[in-house]
Amino acid sequence: MVLKQLTPLIFGALLASAASAQSSIIVQSTTSTANSGLYDHLLPIFEKKAGIAVNVVAVGTGQAIKNAANCDGDVLLVHAKAAEEAFVAEGYGLPRSDLMYNDFVIVGPADDPGGIRGLRDIGTALTQIAESGALFASRGDDSGTHKKERQLWEMAGLNPSADSGTWYRETGSGMGATLNTGIGMAAYVMTDRATWLSFGNKADFEILFDGDPALFNQYGIIVVNPAHCANVALDEAKAFADWLLSKDGQSAIGEFERAGEQLFFPNAAE
Amino acid sequence: MQEFESAFGLAFDLILRGDRDLLEIVWLSLRVSISAVLLACLIGLPLGAYLAIARFRGRGTVIVALNALMGLPPVVVGLIVYLHLSRAGPLGFLGLLYTPTAMIIAQTILITPIVAALSRQVLEDLNTEYAEQFRSFALSRAQAMQVLIWDGRYSLLTVALAGFGRAVAEVGAVMIVGGNIDHLTRVMTTAIALETSRGELALALALGLVLMVIALAINAAVQGVRLSAERKAYA
Repeated sequence: MVLKQLTPLIFGALLASAASAQSSIIVQSTTSTANSGLYDHLLPIFEKKAGIAVNVVAVGTGQAIKNAANCDGDVLLVHAKAAEEAFVAEGYGLPRSDLMYNDFVIVGPADDPGGIRGLRDIGTALTQIAESGALFASRGDDSGTHKKERQLWEMAGLNPSADSGTWYRETGSGMGATLNTGIGMAAYVMTDRATWLSFGNKADFEILFDGDPALFNQYGIIVVNPAHCANVALDEAKAFADWLLSKDGQSAIGEFERAGEQLFFPNAAE
Repeated sequence: MQEFESAFGLAFDLILRGDRDLLEIVWLSLRVSISAVLLACLIGLPLGAYLAIARFRGRGTVIVALNALMGLPPVVVGLIVYLHLSRAGPLGFLGLLYTPTAMIIAQTILITPIVAALSRQVLEDLNTEYAEQFRSFALSRAQAMQVLIWDGRYSLLTVALAGFGRAVAEVGAVMIVGGNIDHLTRVMTTAIALETSRGELALALALGLVLMVIALAINAAVQGVRLSAERKAYA
Protein backbone atom coordinates (compact mmCIF):
# COMPACT_ATOMS: atom_id res chain seq x y z
CA MET A 1 0.00 0.00 0.00
CA VAL A 2 2.64 2.47 -1.04
CA LEU A 3 -0.20 4.52 -2.49
CA LYS A 4 -1.60 5.18 0.96
CA GLN A 5 1.64 6.71 2.17
CA LEU A 6 2.11 8.64 -1.04
CA THR A 7 -1.33 10.16 -1.21
CA PRO A 8 -0.81 12.86 1.43
CA LEU A 9 2.48 13.79 -0.20
CA ILE A 10 0.85 14.11 -3.60
CA PHE A 11 -1.97 16.15 -2.15
CA GLY A 12 0.42 18.39 -0.30
CA ALA A 13 2.40 19.09 -3.43
CA LEU A 14 -0.68 19.73 -5.52
CA LEU A 15 -2.64 21.85 -3.11
CA ALA A 16 0.20 23.97 -1.74
CA SER A 17 -0.20 27.33 -3.39
CA ALA A 18 2.97 29.22 -4.01
CA ALA A 19 3.30 31.43 -0.96
CA SER A 20 3.17 34.97 -2.23
CA ALA A 21 4.78 37.44 0.10
CA GLN A 22 4.32 40.14 -2.53
CA SER A 23 1.21 42.30 -2.30
CA SER A 24 -1.14 42.11 -5.24
CA ILE A 25 -4.29 43.61 -6.64
CA ILE A 26 -6.97 42.42 -9.04
CA VAL A 27 -7.93 44.60 -11.96
CA GLN A 28 -11.35 43.97 -13.51
CA SER A 29 -10.73 45.00 -17.09
CA THR A 30 -12.22 45.26 -20.51
CA THR A 31 -10.73 42.83 -23.03
CA SER A 32 -9.24 45.24 -25.57
CA THR A 33 -6.51 46.41 -23.19
CA ALA A 34 -5.53 42.81 -22.44
CA ASN A 35 -5.90 41.30 -25.92
CA SER A 36 -3.88 44.08 -27.53
CA GLY A 37 -0.96 43.41 -25.19
CA LEU A 38 -1.14 46.77 -23.40
CA TYR A 39 -0.85 45.16 -19.96
CA ASP A 40 2.11 43.06 -21.06
CA HIS A 41 3.78 46.38 -21.77
CA LEU A 42 2.61 48.37 -18.72
CA LEU A 43 2.57 45.88 -15.87
CA PRO A 44 6.26 44.92 -15.81
CA ILE A 45 7.15 48.63 -15.59
CA PHE A 46 4.75 49.20 -12.71
CA GLU A 47 5.55 45.99 -10.87
CA LYS A 48 9.25 46.77 -10.99
CA LYS A 49 8.71 50.27 -9.70
CA ALA A 50 6.10 49.57 -7.01
CA GLY A 51 6.64 45.92 -6.10
CA ILE A 52 2.92 45.26 -6.44
CA ALA A 53 1.72 42.36 -8.56
CA VAL A 54 -1.23 43.24 -10.80
CA ASN A 55 -3.60 40.40 -11.68
CA VAL A 56 -5.83 41.18 -14.62
CA VAL A 57 -9.22 39.56 -15.12
CA ALA A 58 -10.18 40.51 -18.68
CA VAL A 59 -13.91 40.24 -19.37
CA GLY A 60 -16.40 42.49 -21.15
CA THR A 61 -17.05 45.90 -19.59
CA GLY A 62 -20.52 44.85 -18.40
CA GLN A 63 -19.21 41.78 -16.58
CA ALA A 64 -16.18 43.66 -15.24
CA ILE A 65 -18.46 46.26 -13.64
CA LYS A 66 -20.66 43.55 -12.10
CA ASN A 67 -17.64 41.67 -10.76
CA ALA A 68 -16.25 44.87 -9.24
CA ALA A 69 -19.65 45.66 -7.69
CA ASN A 70 -19.42 42.18 -6.09
CA CYS A 71 -16.07 43.30 -4.59
CA ASP A 72 -14.15 40.83 -6.73
CA GLY A 73 -11.55 43.37 -7.78
CA ASP A 74 -9.61 46.39 -6.51
CA VAL A 75 -9.50 48.46 -9.68
CA LEU A 76 -11.92 48.80 -12.59
CA LEU A 77 -10.55 49.70 -16.04
CA VAL A 78 -13.30 49.80 -18.66
CA HIS A 79 -14.82 51.93 -21.42
CA ALA A 80 -18.45 52.85 -20.87
CA LYS A 81 -18.53 56.27 -19.26
CA ALA A 82 -22.23 56.33 -18.35
CA ALA A 83 -22.06 52.90 -16.70
CA GLU A 84 -18.84 53.87 -14.93
CA GLU A 85 -20.42 57.02 -13.53
CA ALA A 86 -23.43 55.02 -12.38
CA PHE A 87 -21.02 52.60 -10.66
CA VAL A 88 -19.45 55.50 -8.75
CA ALA A 89 -22.81 57.14 -8.02
CA GLU A 90 -24.09 53.91 -6.46
CA GLY A 91 -21.19 54.00 -4.04
CA TYR A 92 -19.22 51.11 -5.51
CA GLY A 93 -16.27 53.18 -6.63
CA LEU A 94 -14.10 56.16 -5.73
CA PRO A 95 -14.21 59.04 -8.23
CA ARG A 96 -13.58 58.03 -11.84
CA SER A 97 -10.75 59.41 -13.99
CA ASP A 98 -10.32 59.58 -17.74
CA LEU A 99 -7.30 57.45 -18.59
CA MET A 100 -6.86 57.22 -22.35
CA TYR A 101 -8.82 56.94 -25.58
CA ASN A 102 -8.80 55.48 -29.02
CA ASP A 103 -11.64 54.99 -31.47
CA PHE A 104 -14.06 52.46 -32.83
CA VAL A 105 -13.96 51.34 -36.44
CA ILE A 106 -16.20 49.21 -38.62
CA VAL A 107 -14.43 46.34 -40.32
CA GLY A 108 -15.87 44.24 -43.08
CA PRO A 109 -15.08 42.14 -46.14
CA ALA A 110 -12.94 43.93 -48.74
CA ASP A 111 -15.76 43.82 -51.34
CA ASP A 112 -17.88 45.98 -48.98
CA PRO A 113 -21.39 44.67 -49.77
CA GLY A 114 -23.06 47.61 -47.98
CA GLY A 115 -20.93 50.18 -49.78
CA ILE A 116 -19.82 52.07 -46.67
CA ARG A 117 -16.22 52.71 -47.70
CA GLY A 118 -15.44 56.39 -47.92
CA LEU A 119 -18.57 57.51 -46.06
CA ARG A 120 -18.09 60.22 -43.44
CA ASP A 121 -21.14 59.89 -41.22
CA ILE A 122 -21.71 56.82 -39.01
CA GLY A 123 -25.50 57.21 -39.25
CA THR A 124 -25.36 57.01 -43.04
CA ALA A 125 -23.04 53.99 -42.88
CA LEU A 126 -25.29 52.06 -40.50
CA THR A 127 -28.42 52.94 -42.50
CA GLN A 128 -26.72 51.71 -45.63
CA ILE A 129 -25.73 48.41 -44.00
CA ALA A 130 -29.28 47.93 -42.73
CA GLU A 131 -30.87 48.73 -46.08
CA SER A 132 -28.45 46.68 -48.19
CA GLY A 133 -29.26 43.57 -46.17
CA ALA A 134 -25.55 42.93 -45.64
CA LEU A 135 -24.78 40.99 -42.46
CA PHE A 136 -23.75 42.75 -39.27
CA ALA A 137 -22.32 40.85 -36.30
CA SER A 138 -23.00 42.51 -32.94
CA ARG A 139 -21.37 41.64 -29.62
CA GLY A 140 -24.78 41.36 -27.97
CA ASP A 141 -23.13 41.01 -24.56
CA ASP A 142 -23.67 44.36 -22.81
CA SER A 143 -19.95 45.15 -23.13
CA GLY A 144 -18.66 48.70 -23.59
CA THR A 145 -18.41 48.17 -27.34
CA HIS A 146 -21.92 46.74 -27.46
CA LYS A 147 -23.37 49.65 -25.48
CA LYS A 148 -21.67 52.07 -27.87
CA GLU A 149 -22.95 50.19 -30.91
CA ARG A 150 -26.54 50.24 -29.60
CA GLN A 151 -26.23 53.96 -29.02
CA LEU A 152 -25.04 54.54 -32.59
CA TRP A 153 -27.94 52.57 -34.09
CA GLU A 154 -30.32 54.58 -31.97
CA MET A 155 -28.73 57.86 -33.10
CA ALA A 156 -29.26 56.70 -36.68
CA GLY A 157 -32.92 56.11 -35.89
CA LEU A 158 -32.73 52.37 -36.45
CA ASN A 159 -33.73 49.39 -34.34
CA PRO A 160 -31.75 46.39 -35.58
CA SER A 161 -32.96 44.15 -32.72
CA ALA A 162 -36.18 43.74 -34.67
CA ASP A 163 -34.14 41.91 -37.29
CA SER A 164 -32.03 39.91 -34.83
CA GLY A 165 -31.25 36.53 -36.35
CA THR A 166 -31.62 37.70 -39.94
CA TRP A 167 -29.02 40.24 -41.11
CA TYR A 168 -28.35 41.49 -37.56
CA ARG A 169 -26.58 38.74 -35.66
CA GLU A 170 -25.85 38.99 -31.97
CA THR A 171 -23.02 36.65 -31.04
CA GLY A 172 -23.25 37.16 -27.28
CA SER A 173 -19.49 36.80 -27.00
CA GLY A 174 -16.29 38.78 -26.60
CA MET A 175 -14.67 41.04 -29.17
CA GLY A 176 -12.27 38.41 -30.50
CA ALA A 177 -14.92 35.72 -30.76
CA THR A 178 -17.27 38.16 -32.51
CA LEU A 179 -14.53 39.10 -34.98
CA ASN A 180 -13.87 35.42 -35.70
CA THR A 181 -17.59 34.87 -36.23
CA GLY A 182 -18.04 37.99 -38.34
CA ILE A 183 -15.10 37.07 -40.54
CA GLY A 184 -16.48 33.56 -40.87
CA MET A 185 -19.79 34.82 -42.26
CA ALA A 186 -18.55 37.98 -44.02
CA ALA A 187 -20.44 40.31 -41.66
CA TYR A 188 -19.57 43.87 -40.70
CA VAL A 189 -18.27 44.19 -37.15
CA MET A 190 -17.76 47.25 -34.98
CA THR A 191 -14.56 46.95 -32.93
CA ASP A 192 -12.16 49.20 -31.10
CA ARG A 193 -9.10 49.96 -33.18
CA ALA A 194 -6.64 48.42 -30.69
CA THR A 195 -8.25 45.00 -30.80
CA TRP A 196 -8.41 45.11 -34.60
CA LEU A 197 -4.79 46.14 -35.11
CA SER A 198 -3.54 43.36 -32.85
CA PHE A 199 -6.00 40.75 -34.17
CA GLY A 200 -4.28 37.82 -35.90
CA ASN A 201 -7.08 36.35 -38.03
CA LYS A 202 -8.03 39.25 -40.28
CA ALA A 203 -8.53 37.20 -43.49
CA ASP A 204 -9.72 39.61 -46.22
CA PHE A 205 -11.27 42.04 -43.74
CA GLU A 206 -10.32 45.71 -43.67
CA ILE A 207 -11.27 48.86 -41.83
CA LEU A 208 -14.10 50.20 -44.00
CA PHE A 209 -15.34 53.03 -41.83
CA ASP A 210 -13.61 55.28 -39.33
CA GLY A 211 -13.04 58.91 -38.45
CA ASP A 212 -16.51 60.01 -37.33
CA PRO A 213 -16.08 61.85 -34.00
CA ALA A 214 -19.04 59.83 -32.66
CA LEU A 215 -16.74 56.80 -32.67
CA PHE A 216 -14.58 58.21 -29.88
CA ASN A 217 -13.76 55.56 -27.29
CA GLN A 218 -12.86 56.77 -23.81
CA TYR A 219 -11.32 54.46 -21.21
CA GLY A 220 -11.72 55.24 -17.53
CA ILE A 221 -10.18 53.99 -14.32
CA ILE A 222 -11.89 53.63 -10.94
CA VAL A 223 -10.60 52.36 -7.60
CA VAL A 224 -13.24 50.22 -5.91
CA ASN A 225 -14.71 51.99 -2.88
CA PRO A 226 -13.42 50.51 0.41
CA ALA A 227 -16.55 51.82 2.14
CA HIS A 228 -18.50 49.31 0.03
CA CYS A 229 -15.85 46.57 -0.19
CA ALA A 230 -13.76 46.21 2.96
CA ASN A 231 -11.43 43.77 1.23
CA VAL A 232 -10.08 46.33 -1.23
CA ALA A 233 -6.28 46.72 -1.14
CA LEU A 234 -6.71 50.48 -1.13
CA ASP A 235 -3.08 51.61 -0.99
CA GLU A 236 -1.97 49.23 -3.71
CA ALA A 237 -5.00 49.97 -5.90
CA LYS A 238 -4.45 53.70 -5.53
CA ALA A 239 -0.75 53.31 -6.28
CA PHE A 240 -1.62 51.57 -9.55
CA ALA A 241 -4.30 54.06 -10.60
CA ASP A 242 -2.13 57.04 -9.62
CA TRP A 243 0.79 55.68 -11.57
CA LEU A 244 -1.31 55.15 -14.71
CA LEU A 245 -2.60 58.72 -14.40
CA SER A 246 0.86 60.16 -13.67
CA LYS A 247 3.23 61.54 -16.28
CA ASP A 248 5.22 58.30 -16.26
CA GLY A 249 2.19 56.06 -16.66
CA GLN A 250 0.68 58.24 -19.34
CA SER A 251 3.84 58.24 -21.40
CA ALA A 252 4.14 54.46 -20.96
CA ILE A 253 0.63 54.15 -22.43
CA GLY A 254 1.54 56.45 -25.32
CA GLU A 255 4.69 54.47 -26.11
CA PHE A 256 2.83 51.22 -26.66
CA GLU A 257 2.64 50.27 -30.32
CA ARG A 258 1.58 47.31 -32.42
CA ALA A 259 2.82 47.07 -36.00
CA GLY A 260 4.15 50.61 -35.77
CA GLU A 261 0.83 52.13 -34.72
CA GLN A 262 -0.03 53.72 -31.40
CA LEU A 263 -3.09 51.96 -29.97
CA PHE A 264 -4.06 54.06 -26.95
CA PHE A 265 -3.80 57.82 -26.50
CA PRO A 266 -3.33 58.98 -22.90
CA ASN A 267 -5.65 61.82 -21.86
CA ALA A 268 -5.72 61.94 -18.07
CA ALA A 269 -6.49 65.38 -16.67
CA GLU A 270 -3.34 67.06 -15.32
CA MET B 1 -5.89 25.24 -43.71
CA GLN B 2 -2.56 26.97 -43.40
CA GLU B 3 -3.26 27.07 -39.67
CA PHE B 4 -2.77 23.33 -39.30
CA GLU B 5 0.71 23.36 -40.77
CA SER B 6 1.90 26.29 -38.72
CA ALA B 7 0.19 24.81 -35.64
CA PHE B 8 2.28 21.64 -35.82
CA GLY B 9 5.44 23.68 -36.28
CA LEU B 10 4.52 25.96 -33.39
CA ALA B 11 3.62 23.06 -31.11
CA PHE B 12 6.98 21.38 -31.74
CA ASP B 13 8.75 24.65 -31.24
CA LEU B 14 6.98 25.35 -27.94
CA ILE B 15 7.76 21.90 -26.58
CA LEU B 16 11.36 21.71 -27.76
CA ARG B 17 12.16 25.19 -26.53
CA GLY B 18 10.63 24.31 -23.16
CA ASP B 19 8.88 27.69 -23.25
CA ARG B 20 8.71 28.88 -19.63
CA ASP B 21 5.21 30.36 -19.83
CA LEU B 22 3.99 27.15 -21.43
CA LEU B 23 5.53 24.99 -18.70
CA GLU B 24 3.89 27.14 -16.06
CA ILE B 25 0.49 26.80 -17.74
CA VAL B 26 0.90 23.05 -18.26
CA TRP B 27 1.92 22.56 -14.64
CA LEU B 28 -1.07 24.51 -13.36
CA SER B 29 -3.43 22.55 -15.64
CA LEU B 30 -2.07 19.29 -14.27
CA ARG B 31 -2.03 20.51 -10.68
CA VAL B 32 -5.64 21.66 -10.82
CA SER B 33 -7.07 18.71 -12.73
CA ILE B 34 -5.15 15.98 -10.90
CA SER B 35 -6.12 17.49 -7.53
CA ALA B 36 -9.73 17.56 -8.69
CA VAL B 37 -9.53 13.92 -9.77
CA LEU B 38 -8.04 12.85 -6.43
CA LEU B 39 -10.71 14.71 -4.49
CA ALA B 40 -13.46 13.42 -6.78
CA CYS B 41 -12.20 9.86 -6.22
CA LEU B 42 -12.09 10.42 -2.46
CA ILE B 43 -15.78 11.35 -2.55
CA GLY B 44 -17.00 9.49 -5.63
CA LEU B 45 -15.55 6.03 -5.10
CA PRO B 46 -17.07 5.40 -1.65
CA LEU B 47 -20.33 6.90 -2.89
CA GLY B 48 -20.29 4.66 -5.96
CA ALA B 49 -19.45 1.61 -3.88
CA TYR B 50 -22.20 2.40 -1.40
CA LEU B 51 -24.79 2.77 -4.15
CA ALA B 52 -23.55 -0.47 -5.72
CA ILE B 53 -24.23 -2.45 -2.54
CA ALA B 54 -26.92 -0.68 -0.58
CA ARG B 55 -30.60 -1.31 -1.23
CA PHE B 56 -32.93 1.44 -0.08
CA ARG B 57 -36.09 3.20 -1.18
CA GLY B 58 -35.39 5.79 -3.85
CA ARG B 59 -32.09 4.19 -4.84
CA GLY B 60 -33.16 4.14 -8.49
CA THR B 61 -33.94 7.85 -8.36
CA VAL B 62 -30.57 8.63 -6.79
CA ILE B 63 -28.80 6.66 -9.54
CA VAL B 64 -30.72 8.39 -12.31
CA ALA B 65 -29.96 11.78 -10.75
CA LEU B 66 -26.29 10.91 -10.40
CA ASN B 67 -26.09 9.76 -14.01
CA ALA B 68 -27.79 12.96 -15.13
CA LEU B 69 -25.27 15.03 -13.17
CA MET B 70 -22.54 13.63 -15.43
CA GLY B 71 -23.89 16.12 -17.95
CA LEU B 72 -23.41 19.18 -15.69
CA PRO B 73 -22.47 22.11 -17.93
CA PRO B 74 -19.06 23.47 -16.83
CA VAL B 75 -20.25 27.08 -17.20
CA VAL B 76 -23.09 26.44 -14.77
CA VAL B 77 -20.72 24.85 -12.26
CA GLY B 78 -18.42 27.83 -12.72
CA LEU B 79 -21.25 30.25 -12.08
CA ILE B 80 -22.45 28.44 -8.97
CA VAL B 81 -18.94 28.35 -7.53
CA TYR B 82 -18.41 31.99 -8.51
CA LEU B 83 -21.58 33.07 -6.72
CA HIS B 84 -20.44 31.28 -3.57
CA LEU B 85 -16.81 32.41 -3.62
CA SER B 86 -17.43 35.98 -4.75
CA ARG B 87 -16.78 38.56 -2.04
CA ALA B 88 -20.51 39.22 -2.18
CA GLY B 89 -21.26 35.51 -1.74
CA PRO B 90 -21.58 33.38 1.41
CA LEU B 91 -17.99 32.07 1.22
CA GLY B 92 -16.45 35.33 0.02
CA PHE B 93 -14.57 35.82 3.28
CA LEU B 94 -12.29 32.93 2.32
CA GLY B 95 -10.81 35.03 -0.48
CA LEU B 96 -10.61 32.02 -2.79
CA LEU B 97 -11.99 33.50 -6.00
CA TYR B 98 -9.37 33.79 -8.77
CA THR B 99 -7.09 31.23 -7.15
CA PRO B 100 -6.13 27.69 -8.25
CA THR B 101 -8.06 26.40 -5.21
CA ALA B 102 -11.30 27.83 -6.64
CA MET B 103 -10.55 26.05 -9.91
CA ILE B 104 -9.96 22.76 -8.07
CA ILE B 105 -13.28 23.16 -6.24
CA ALA B 106 -15.17 23.79 -9.49
CA GLN B 107 -13.61 20.85 -11.31
CA THR B 108 -14.18 18.57 -8.32
CA ILE B 109 -17.89 19.40 -8.41
CA LEU B 110 -17.88 18.82 -12.15
CA ILE B 111 -16.30 15.35 -12.10
CA THR B 112 -17.38 13.82 -8.80
CA PRO B 113 -20.70 12.71 -10.39
CA ILE B 114 -18.75 11.10 -13.23
CA VAL B 115 -16.52 9.15 -10.87
CA ALA B 116 -19.46 8.17 -8.62
CA ALA B 117 -21.81 7.17 -11.45
CA LEU B 118 -19.27 5.16 -13.44
CA SER B 119 -17.80 3.44 -10.38
CA ARG B 120 -21.31 2.59 -9.19
CA GLN B 121 -21.88 0.68 -12.45
CA VAL B 122 -18.47 -1.03 -12.39
CA LEU B 123 -18.78 -2.06 -8.74
CA GLU B 124 -22.38 -3.18 -9.03
CA ASP B 125 -21.37 -5.61 -11.77
CA LEU B 126 -18.53 -6.83 -9.57
CA ASN B 127 -20.89 -7.11 -6.61
CA THR B 128 -23.19 -9.54 -8.39
CA GLU B 129 -20.14 -11.80 -8.77
CA TYR B 130 -19.09 -11.39 -5.15
CA ALA B 131 -22.39 -11.12 -3.30
CA GLU B 132 -22.55 -14.72 -2.24
CA GLN B 133 -19.01 -14.78 -0.90
CA PHE B 134 -19.65 -11.58 0.99
CA ARG B 135 -22.59 -13.27 2.65
CA SER B 136 -20.68 -16.44 3.50
CA PHE B 137 -17.86 -14.42 5.11
CA ALA B 138 -20.48 -12.28 6.81
CA LEU B 139 -18.68 -9.07 5.78
CA SER B 140 -20.04 -5.77 6.94
CA ARG B 141 -21.12 -3.28 4.31
CA ALA B 142 -18.03 -1.16 4.87
CA GLN B 143 -15.77 -4.17 4.48
CA ALA B 144 -17.57 -5.27 1.31
CA MET B 145 -17.20 -1.76 -0.12
CA GLN B 146 -13.46 -1.88 0.56
CA VAL B 147 -13.09 -5.26 -1.12
CA LEU B 148 -15.05 -4.11 -4.16
CA ILE B 149 -12.98 -0.95 -4.58
CA TRP B 150 -9.71 -2.84 -4.15
CA ASP B 151 -10.62 -5.67 -6.51
CA GLY B 152 -12.09 -3.28 -9.03
CA ARG B 153 -9.10 -0.93 -8.89
CA TYR B 154 -7.98 -1.45 -12.48
CA SER B 155 -11.41 -0.65 -13.88
CA LEU B 156 -11.67 2.26 -11.47
CA LEU B 157 -8.44 3.66 -12.88
CA THR B 158 -10.23 4.06 -16.19
CA VAL B 159 -13.06 5.79 -14.33
CA ALA B 160 -10.55 8.20 -12.82
CA LEU B 161 -9.09 8.81 -16.27
CA ALA B 162 -12.54 9.65 -17.62
CA GLY B 163 -12.85 12.22 -14.84
CA PHE B 164 -9.40 13.58 -15.57
CA GLY B 165 -10.21 13.89 -19.27
CA ARG B 166 -13.29 15.91 -18.53
CA ALA B 167 -11.47 18.13 -16.01
CA VAL B 168 -8.41 18.92 -18.06
CA ALA B 169 -10.47 19.65 -21.19
CA GLU B 170 -13.12 21.96 -19.72
CA VAL B 171 -12.81 25.70 -20.05
CA GLY B 172 -16.14 27.14 -18.88
CA ALA B 173 -15.74 26.61 -15.15
CA VAL B 174 -12.06 27.53 -14.73
CA MET B 175 -12.52 30.63 -16.88
CA ILE B 176 -15.18 32.03 -14.53
CA VAL B 177 -13.70 31.10 -11.16
CA GLY B 178 -10.05 31.42 -12.16
CA GLY B 179 -10.31 34.52 -14.31
CA ASN B 180 -7.55 33.38 -16.71
CA ILE B 181 -5.01 35.57 -14.88
CA ASP B 182 -1.56 35.40 -16.43
CA HIS B 183 1.00 33.63 -14.19
CA LEU B 184 -1.69 32.88 -11.61
CA THR B 185 -4.74 31.05 -12.92
CA ARG B 186 -4.11 30.60 -16.64
CA VAL B 187 -4.40 26.97 -17.70
CA MET B 188 -4.16 25.24 -21.07
CA THR B 189 -7.82 25.55 -22.00
CA THR B 190 -8.20 29.20 -20.98
CA ALA B 191 -4.97 30.02 -22.82
CA ILE B 192 -6.43 28.34 -25.92
CA ALA B 193 -9.63 30.37 -25.58
CA LEU B 194 -7.60 33.56 -25.16
CA GLU B 195 -5.45 32.96 -28.24
CA THR B 196 -8.58 32.13 -30.26
CA SER B 197 -10.13 35.43 -29.19
CA ARG B 198 -6.97 37.22 -30.24
CA GLY B 199 -7.28 35.64 -33.66
CA GLU B 200 -4.02 33.73 -33.14
CA LEU B 201 -5.60 30.53 -34.42
CA ALA B 202 -2.35 28.69 -35.16
CA LEU B 203 -1.02 29.30 -31.66
CA ALA B 204 -4.38 28.25 -30.17
CA LEU B 205 -4.27 25.05 -32.16
CA ALA B 206 -0.66 24.44 -31.17
CA LEU B 207 -1.62 24.72 -27.50
CA GLY B 208 -4.45 22.27 -28.21
CA LEU B 209 -1.95 19.82 -29.65
CA VAL B 210 0.26 20.17 -26.59
CA LEU B 211 -2.75 19.49 -24.37
CA MET B 212 -3.56 16.35 -26.32
CA VAL B 213 0.04 15.15 -26.08
CA ILE B 214 -0.09 15.61 -22.31
CA ALA B 215 -3.38 13.73 -22.05
CA LEU B 216 -1.87 10.95 -24.15
CA ALA B 217 1.23 10.79 -21.94
CA ILE B 218 -0.85 10.58 -18.77
CA ASN B 219 -3.08 7.87 -20.15
CA ALA B 220 -0.03 5.92 -21.34
CA ALA B 221 1.62 6.28 -17.93
CA VAL B 222 -1.49 5.01 -16.13
CA GLN B 223 -1.77 2.13 -18.56
CA GLY B 224 1.88 1.29 -17.90
CA VAL B 225 1.39 1.28 -14.13
CA ARG B 226 -1.69 -0.85 -14.53
CA LEU B 227 -0.03 -3.43 -16.79
CA SER B 228 3.02 -3.85 -14.60
CA ALA B 229 0.86 -4.11 -11.47
CA GLU B 230 -1.37 -6.69 -13.10
CA ARG B 231 1.67 -8.68 -14.20
CA LYS B 232 2.99 -8.68 -10.64
CA ALA B 233 -0.40 -9.63 -9.25
CA TYR B 234 -0.76 -12.69 -11.47
CA ALA B 235 2.92 -13.70 -11.58
